[in-house]
Amino acid sequence: MTMDRRQAVLAVTVLPLLPAAPARATPEAMAAAMQAFSGGAPVRDGRITIEVAELVENGNTVPVALRVDSPMTATDHVQRLALFTERNPQPEVAVFHLSPAAGRAQVATRMRLATSQRVVALARMNDGSVWRRQVDVIVTLAACVES
Amino acid sequence: MAVRALVQVPKAVRRGEVFEVRTTLAHPMETGYRRDSGGRMLPRDIVRTLEVRLAGERVFAADLHPAIAANPFFAFTLVANAGGPLEIRWVGDNGFVHTETVTLVVT
Repeated sequence: MTMDRRQAVLAVTVLPLLPAAPARATPEAMAAAMQAFSGGAPVRDGRITIEVAELVENGNTVPVALRVDSPMTATDHVQRLALFTERNPQPEVAVFHLSPAAGRAQVATRMRLATSQRVVALARMNDGSVWRRQVDVIVTLAACVES
Repeated sequence: MAVRALVQVPKAVRRGEVFEVRTTLAHPMETGYRRDSGGRMLPRDIVRTLEVRLAGERVFAADLHPAIAANPFFAFTLVANAGGPLEIRWVGDNGFVHTETVTLVVT
């Protein structure tokens, strides 16, 4: 696309005035998403480790590793492991489906963080119990999930 | 456009030994919350699921949302009693499907 100087100047001045996308999760939306995951089971703190930098420079790609203290046997294992955020446009990040075939309950990925916020992991065991871990992450350059 | 994907497993694993699988897929994971330079919303284009099967049996899966970074990367562990084809399948928006198969050698 070609653009003369006048159009270019106009584009630059107009763009910042566009309203930001209204979509943004709230702590309430995250609570609702976590409730849907836990299915109403009581949520207890513990058993999960979240490995993520406390200070993140680039929110576009944030390495995060989850581990659950579980023997991963047929009678005692993690069935589902999920990651939620408080202030991304949507609270859900990912749900991992595990079984004893995993050997260990550990998953690593890279996520987006739109801003500094709380990140929560939930694990649902085969006995129906649900465990939680939360960490606060500070982001200096936010992900361009919205522009 | 050819899909680029990378699946890493050890050359050989011992029976019953826990080993790590790493998968990366070249994909923009467009969130659906961004605008282009003209202010138009960019439609969502993400990978929605990842499914891993060993010799036909599902051993790992993930449901994904726009908060997964571009070029989705996952590392997870498996334990196997027998070798066979390890099939990784990504399914996404706009009819996206890609399957990568590696052979798992169990000694």
